[in-house]
Amino acid sequence: MQKNILLTGVGGQGTVLASKLLAAAALSKGYEVTSAETIGMAQKGGSVFSHLRVGEGLASPMIPKGGADLLLAFEPAEAVRMLGYLKPEGHLVVNSAPVQPVTAALSGIGYTGQEMLDYLRAHSPRLTIVDGRQAAAKLTPKALNVVMLGAALACGALDFLSREDMLAAIRSKVKPQYVAINEQALDHAAGQ
Amino acid sequence: MHKEYLMGNEAMGLAALAAGVRVVAGYPGTPSTEVLETIARHNEAKRIHVEWSTNEKAGLEVAAGAALSGARALVTMKQVGLNVATDPLMSLAYIGVKGGMVVLVADDPGPISSQTEQDTRHFASYAKLPCFNPSGVAESYEMLQEAFAFSEKYSTPVLFNPTTRVDHGYATISVKDEEEYYICQPEGFRRDPSKWVIFPRLSYQAHLKLEKRNAGLTQVLSAYPRNEVLPGGGDSRRGIATHGISFAYTREVLAEQGEKAPRALKVATPFPFPEELAVSFLQGLEEVLCIEELDPVIERELTYICGKYHLPVKIRGKLTGDVRQAGENTRDSVAADIAAFMGWEVPTERELPAPPLQIQRPPVLCAGCPHRASFYAVKVAMQGQKCVFCGDIGCYTLGNAMPLDMVDTCLCMGAGVNMAQGIGAVTPGVKCFAFVGDSTFFAAALTGAVNGVYNQADLTLVILDNSTTAMTGHQPHPGTGRTMMGAQVEPVSITAALQGLGVKHVVTLDPLNLQAAVAAVRETAALPGVKAIIFKSPCIALEKPRGMAAVDGEKCIGCKKCIRSIGCPALTAAGGKVAIDPAQCTGCGLCTGLCPTGAISVTEGGR
Repeated sequence: MQKNILLTGVGGQGTVLASKLLAAAALSKGYEVTSAETIGMAQKGGSVFSHLRVGEGLASPMIPKGGADLLLAFEPAEAVRMLGYLKPEGHLVVNSAPVQPVTAALSGIGYTGQEMLDYLRAHSPRLTIVDGRQAAAKLTPKALNVVMLGAALACGALDFLSREDMLAAIRSKVKPQYVAINEQALDHAAGQ
Repeated sequence: MHKEYLMGNEAMGLAALAAGVRVVAGYPGTPSTEVLETIARHNEAKRIHVEWSTNEKAGLEVAAGAALSGARALVTMKQVGLNVATDPLMSLAYIGVKGGMVVLVADDPGPISSQTEQDTRHFASYAKLPCFNPSGVAESYEMLQEAFAFSEKYSTPVLFNPTTRVDHGYATISVKDEEEYYICQPEGFRRDPSKWVIFPRLSYQAHLKLEKRNAGLTQVLSAYPRNEVLPGGGDSRRGIATHGISFAYTREVLAEQGEKAPRALKVATPFPFPEELAVSFLQGLEEVLCIEELDPVIERELTYICGKYHLPVKIRGKLTGDVRQAGENTRDSVAADIAAFMGWEVPTERELPAPPLQIQRPPVLCAGCPHRASFYAVKVAMQGQKCVFCGDIGCYTLGNAMPLDMVDTCLCMGAGVNMAQGIGAVTPGVKCFAFVGDSTFFAAALTGAVNGVYNQADLTLVILDNSTTAMTGHQPHPGTGRTMMGAQVEPVSITAALQGLGVKHVVTLDPLNLQAAVAAVRETAALPGVKAIIFKSPCIALEKPRGMAAVDGEKCIGCKKCIRSIGCPALTAAGGKVAIDPAQCTGCGLCTGLCPTGAISVTEGGR
């Protein structure tokens, strides 16, 4: 078994914790994991990514282009930016809510996220769109990362893990008072 | 032994513990920071002295003192930090150490979070110090322990030089249990002026010894198992030479080729270079491709060795234009470079049409960041006057982004306050400002402030005091009074420090109180000489949000003055109106005073 998972988003959206939860769940099943993530200046609202590789004998923590089984994108423009990393038959799970950079707000280029979603629909056959705005309103914006993980589970992109594996990882990494809301977040996509 | 899933920097921290380290010092800097933090987290018994030093020079000197006293010592920093610590390091190379001493310097190919793409492997040959260059998380754990033993054996400090993808990569590795740790029992400092006091005559003798030792080490290091030749099975005319994380990429690319893979050389100690091993690698080859990050160190060494031993091998790499000269390598770039060199089919990327919009996403100050208010206050106060705004290193470098656009220079830690003096000396009628963060102030701006006072400069020093070292992940510093030993000691006062240095006018206020901040800037900037404003407000990432802003859609006229003034990422434009992104807004309220129709209000609390 070998799985290459690429998480992408905007600094501050919680991709790093999502990557840590996935790694913890995979490790608890006895899989080997290597990963690499963005730490530093880009975490202040820039484009960020986490490469996560599950399986035996991997030397490089970075996934080659066209090598990802799952692209878990927290933001539509970031999904488009990283689409070249996805295998043609790979799963793409994307949050539909855009994060408008200040430069876009200033220039008035009218970035809505819809244009990116249309592009993704045309170029990724196994696409799952998550309404992150609705999930944030129902839960809390901070739960987006676990909502995304739940959606990846629900669409079958994480077939080596079960909901219970992920929940156990959440319990091991998240403060006790936030476990309940994260459990709701994990099941949010399945309930849609 | 047990298995753990660790970040490279955590693995290196645990390796230092396993090697019996007794003193650990450093200054935060991406990608090195988590090494020291890991050690501090595993120091419940307080057996190890761990500190964030005021800067890298201080840290290296603390570690040197400990190593002279027979203790194993570690100092950590990023590559540009080594520039600051160069003075003590160059001399320490001549003096040597008694306890093992590792100078861990993390390089940042890309660069991802740095001013330069400098290569510490060069520094090793310049300082005449052995250098270890790990290729992955597991190797960094083993190699760091070996580096301590090597340092002690040869009585010399050694450089340990990981790069970002090793520092911030994760892997499951075997680590020692505490019972397996080496125990270092230093005897304490023993007086010996003939050994520990550097003097020209001593330096001359030490120089001869250093050269002799390093010449002998090429053989020792040729036998070091982490310098290795992978035999390969295919093409016997071509070889690949590489190092660090590029070796991990290369190994994966070659494994895919199976029998077709060429011979490969992995260089784990770029200095002293494993010359004898390199000669055996080069025997019989016609061409070698060097795959390196940063500078062509291996490429130059191999070219030199070919000349020295009359080997007819063409050495290719950055110098011959076969590999690009800047930026980090990736799994894909290495695969493409090797394929082009070997005459293999170059892997093609999936062809995708251009995206509908190009969304640029430069890093910006966080929503609610008090630095935004500070920059905006100065901007408003000085409107219409000829000003130069010298920036510095930290989150507040991001004050350069539009629309704030408040950073005219940024060079290195602490440079702004001195550069403002030089600019002021030759730019008539200009008001010079120097912005510096609290941690950077202690690290590198104290001497600049004295310089200005002494040499009669005219400038306004703006200290952006958010009571933490924010960019690198919120480390404490002298102004916070929290130490890495877990104690809360008396904080060093920035005001008292400035007054002690001769800065007569020092005013402190909260920049989020915009009107008062603007008035204070006007008043202060009008005074002669060196004067200071301390904008004090905690880093928003460490604070509970004050509340949440809301835009009244009826009142908003869509003029976007708020966005055009402060460029807060929580302010977005949608359907001709401004909206608040609830995931980002912290309720700082800076935007409320900017709206011409009073459409923005903040509800306190309620989150």
